[in-house]
Amino acid sequence: MNNKDLLNLINITVSFEGFLALNKLNLNLKKGELRAVIGPNGAGKTTFLDVITGKVKPTKGEVIFKGKSLVGRKEHKIARLGIGRKFQSPRIFENLTVKENLEISVTTPKSPLNLINKNIKDEQLNEIDRLMKIVNLSQKVDSKAGSLSHGQKQWLEIAMLVGQKPDLMLVDEPVAGLTDEETDLTADLLKSLSGENTVVVIDHDMEFIRRLDSNVSVLNQGTVLCEGTMETIQKDKKVIDVYLGRPED
Amino acid sequence: MSLSKIKFDKKIVLSFWIILIALIIAAPTLLPVFRLNLLGRYLSLSIVALGVDLIWGYTGLLSLGQGIFFALGGYCAAMYLQITSSSEFPNNIPEFFALYGVEKLPFFWEPFRSPVFTIFSIWIIPALIAGLIGFLVFRNRIKGVYFSILTQASLLVFFNFFNGQQKLINGTNGLKTDVTQLFGQMVGSESMQRLFFWITAILVIAAWFFAKWVVKGRFGNILIGIRDDEPRVRFTGYNPVIFKTIIFSIAGGLAGISGALYTVQSGIVSPQFMTVPFSIEMVIWVAVGGRGTLLGAILGAVFINYAKSLVSEALPASWMFIQGGLFILVVTALPEGVLGWIQGDGPRNLLQRLGLKRKIETYPSLEVNNKEGNNE
Repeated sequence: MNNKDLLNLINITVSFEGFLALNKLNLNLKKGELRAVIGPNGAGKTTFLDVITGKVKPTKGEVIFKGKSLVGRKEHKIARLGIGRKFQSPRIFENLTVKENLEISVTTPKSPLNLINKNIKDEQLNEIDRLMKIVNLSQKVDSKAGSLSHGQKQWLEIAMLVGQKPDLMLVDEPVAGLTDEETDLTADLLKSLSGENTVVVIDHDMEFIRRLDSNVSVLNQGTVLCEGTMETIQKDKKVIDVYLGRPED
Repeated sequence: MSLSKIKFDKKIVLSFWIILIALIIAAPTLLPVFRLNLLGRYLSLSIVALGVDLIWGYTGLLSLGQGIFFALGGYCAAMYLQITSSSEFPNNIPEFFALYGVEKLPFFWEPFRSPVFTIFSIWIIPALIAGLIGFLVFRNRIKGVYFSILTQASLLVFFNFFNGQQKLINGTNGLKTDVTQLFGQMVGSESMQRLFFWITAILVIAAWFFAKWVVKGRFGNILIGIRDDEPRVRFTGYNPVIFKTIIFSIAGGLAGISGALYTVQSGIVSPQFMTVPFSIEMVIWVAVGGRGTLLGAILGAVFINYAKSLVSEALPASWMFIQGGLFILVVTALPEGVLGWIQGDGPRNLLQRLGLKRKIETYPSLEVNNKEGNNE
């Protein structure tokens, strides 16, 4: 651990009634880094996000974010500290319009009093405009989010994530169900976000991960098997065994 | 989903309000006192229905215990009326106390000598109790059907408690208000009932505007967000517990106002206000009228109750079947309620299905036509 790190996961163990979803997992993220996390089904990828965002409390271990421990904090407090999450299947508010969805994400402070008696600030409206342009939804401002196509929903959720202005973005399978073109655009978008933000991307799609051109952590059986660039991990024998399949396949 | 999303012509809106206000002013002269009194009672019920719509229609909290807050409001009003009309009774306390040999007024009656305290207590006491119950339940992340069961269980606790307290609040007999005095007049008198009708009509409109103000904008959107995907709201940095507690408390306050108005117009408050079927009926009014529409809650409460009294006069004992049938119809055929169905283009779809109206052109055919005509 050093003070350039934004997030440290130290010896995290999560046990669901004896089943170890995570087993002494260690992972460090630098500020501004883009990190891909891959692993076979059941490797603990989603549990790993659940631990960081406070949905699951680790049985053992410590999560340090910006020097503060996250263990035992409520989800909304962790979100306010600056951790945003995009879910595997797009989780947007389908009965609200695109704009209303983004309003929910950019609004600060997130207290009932602020919401009920104040209008949204101009700078937040500008931010919404900017986000809608980035994800190509300007034409759909007043459409119900539920009427968007799958790809547009994925992008709206990414826009909501960005609108939250988190220091750390956790992105779970952002390209599931997207066309190749959309996948490429998403990869470029995520790359452009890193640097200023720290981004963790979880995915299965190898082409997409390669395109991200980032450091990769391979998870297997609840622990980090290997870390490095795409080239290094592709040569790593352990990784080949558990995930990529043998070369002759 | 909500009425506010549909833009009505300004002239239609204006004429609607003019007709409504004219009807409210004229109702006491048009209707016999008996009918007027019934209408006033049903209008007061529409305020509790607004609260149910806020917590259930918007926030997804199906409470089966709104009768608690409704009755509390009624008791606050009745206690004031009884205590200020008790000067000729022994010990200057309400008459029923003598039946149980009580000579000293129980302490919690004292503040109800004050009209100001009473006016505030009618909504603040139910709101505070709702807030307290709500906070404890929501903090422990109890939701869905468990929340409904818990509210119903609380209702039974309150019902049994009030039923058994003869020496404090006349137990199962309740507190009568129609023979008490207010402003030197009998509360049950014709002129007072007319006044209560107007007060009720004004408060229904005020409550409607208040509810619209609550759900408009970002606060209302968070409520809808909580209804549709609560964990997502949490991960966006909002604390749903606070929002749910606030809205449950607001619904409790509205129920209290509703109960007080209902009490003074029906002449009595009793633990019967806290029976299980009555609280379920409140949910039915909203379901039939249209969840998440506010206006649907008002219309549902008034029309169903008016139908109930008309049907019960003509065919006693048949109402329960009709009400049950109505509920089944709404659940199976009109899940958004009557108003929700109208707003969701239900009537046009029905006419089309019956072959009485031309189908609107579908999206692909519009594109084809556009290609020929415009450069779109």
